[in-house]
Amino acid sequence: MTDSEHANSEETSTSSRRGFMFKIGAGLVGIGGLLIAAPVLGYIFAPAFTNWEKRRAWIDLGEIKQFPVGETVLAVYKNPIFGPTVGEANEIPCWVRRTSDSTFQIFYINCAHLGCPVHWFAESKLFMCPCHGGVYYEDGSRASGPPPRGLYEYDWQVVRSKLYVYGGEIPNLQIPGKTPKDDITPLTVDGVGYLDGKAVKST
Amino acid sequence: MMSSLKTAWAWIDDRTGVMAMLGPPMKHHVPRNAKWWYVFGSCTLLFFTIQIVTGICLALVYAPSGDSAYNSLLYLDYVVPGGWMLRAIHAWSSNAMVFMMLVHMTQVFLHGAFKFPREMTWIFGVALMLTTLALAFTGQVMRWDSDAYWGVGIGASMMGRIPYIGGWLTHLILGGPIIGGDTLSRFFTLHVFVLPGAMIGLIGGHLMLVLRHGISEEPKKGGPGEFVDKETYRPAYKERMKKHGVPFFPDAAQRDMVFCGIMLIVLVVVAAWYGPIGPSPRPDPANILVNPRPDFPFLWIFAILALLTPTIEDYLIIVAAPVVLMVLFLVPFLAGTGSRLASSRPIASLSVILLITGLLVLSWLGVTSPWSPHMQAWTSDAVPPVFVKGRTPIELQGAIVLQHSQCRNCHSLDGLGGKRGPELGDVATRLSRDQIIRQVQQGDGNMPAFGKNLSSAETDALAAFLHSCHPVGVRPADRPGARLKQLKQLDKARSAN
Repeated sequence: MTDSEHANSEETSTSSRRGFMFKIGAGLVGIGGLLIAAPVLGYIFAPAFTNWEKRRAWIDLGEIKQFPVGETVLAVYKNPIFGPTVGEANEIPCWVRRTSDSTFQIFYINCAHLGCPVHWFAESKLFMCPCHGGVYYEDGSRASGPPPRGLYEYDWQVVRSKLYVYGGEIPNLQIPGKTPKDDITPLTVDGVGYLDGKAVKST
Repeated sequence: MMSSLKTAWAWIDDRTGVMAMLGPPMKHHVPRNAKWWYVFGSCTLLFFTIQIVTGICLALVYAPSGDSAYNSLLYLDYVVPGGWMLRAIHAWSSNAMVFMMLVHMTQVFLHGAFKFPREMTWIFGVALMLTTLALAFTGQVMRWDSDAYWGVGIGASMMGRIPYIGGWLTHLILGGPIIGGDTLSRFFTLHVFVLPGAMIGLIGGHLMLVLRHGISEEPKKGGPGEFVDKETYRPAYKERMKKHGVPFFPDAAQRDMVFCGIMLIVLVVVAAWYGPIGPSPRPDPANILVNPRPDFPFLWIFAILALLTPTIEDYLIIVAAPVVLMVLFLVPFLAGTGSRLASSRPIASLSVILLITGLLVLSWLGVTSPWSPHMQAWTSDAVPPVFVKGRTPIELQGAIVLQHSQCRNCHSLDGLGGKRGPELGDVATRLSRDQIIRQVQQGDGNMPAFGKNLSSAETDALAAFLHSCHPVGVRPADRPGARLKQLKQLDKARSAN
């Protein structure tokens, strides 16, 4: 082996060592990066993957005698899902329409077009939206304007002459307000579970 | 004194190399004819700098928390010395930045400055535009008033239009299933950390690209750089700059300074005169007597969303918006070479005219929003006496029905009332009595049906009143449009008098 050949082989071994080291380095940085990224991304995206349905709850809107039959009135409830800084933003209004002694319709305040608050006009029996002019009939069905559907409705039940509403979400076309019956948590009053106003076995 | 300052500066320069670093970019050659058309980019940057400075100042007092943000705005406006002025400058400078950015973009587009080799400069520019608009939207949310609350709701509803991932996106943006304190915190993080950071990075890239490719000449018929050819443009441009170029500082910078100086003075005067923007009523969703409106950069979107039919709205939100953005990004690849003269580019010039006209008209419609019912019109706008005088009892009864059934929320009488439906002051010249009854009972053409809500006596009275609404000298229609000819003659006679 001449001197120059010797030098060459030494260079090759250094560069292959360097290449090995580089791979190890890249691998370690990659693993470390993933370990950091997982909690960071998880933290940012958590609200999208949380099962909010489970955290919705039945809220007491008061004695049903407050709601005269045939009339539609504004009721305000405290939203069950909120953080420590929510302030007044969890005072959620809704329109309660009593259709008979035992039946109600409870409408979300949000227009089905883009979510602005609709107003009830008792004289013309219409809901009107101040933003883009959506109008709904008293049963919540679409009357005119840009909304693609009628008003969103809440699940409700009457238990021991009190009206309860299933709150906790802002509705839109992908989240239409109502919860599939199987997913609704029963309302517990004095240790008894209620769904649709009837006692069920507590789960 | 002067000489010791000079010595000190020489020492600093020697040890830091600051002039060696800043000298070349400051002295780089720009075209001799790059004059007043070229000041808008610098001015946009100036407004961004003002946003940073005033934003930091506001953050000294503003509380980014759902339960105290609104009160901290009131505290800024009424208690903190100069707080209102800082809020005013921040708000008006934001509007000015959006406006100046659009002017800059229009100039670049009309002068064909996006063409080879400056494609990436344009792409960075479009990214800057999106970031600026995102800052404007999140900034509006910072006010955490009723406009902010319902504005976020509108954003969430638009997300909900997207199939499959709409619900997921809504929760991601709101930080939960409903608008709350976490929503404000998310928007605050975007407005104060994420977006300004992105903005600074993008501005850095944009400026580096400007230095790399140089500023393009103002295109003139037969002038240098009128045609862009990939083979020859670069060496020829280099040659021209070497021969005829002038250093950016001070030759071009002085115009920037004059324009920016004037704009700064205008900004301060406008801010002091008009004061801060908002806040509107408290962010209390239970207060539904609100009239949510977006800030000026988004009024045109507000208008579009009101004017589209429900059937094409989803496609516009989900498909058209990304396509338009894509086209904007691809502009330099769709027309990367050829003439830079606006007069030789009819499609480009026409697009600018159409876009600007469209934006102005839509924004104006957004301000006046004729599609929105006037929620208080039925109690606030009285029936004008001219519609009451000499009417029969049943017609007067009809006027009461009209007022009481909120017809005025959408219809005006003598210009007073909502503008959603047609004016009713001359409705009798267009519709016969039977048609009026049909229209009231069955609705149609964007009018709700009142059949179930009005008794037949009420409908009768209403039709009697409406059928009495016609100009003096014109008999009411007995079939559709029957009196139009008569009306035209009357108009002619009036204008002759």
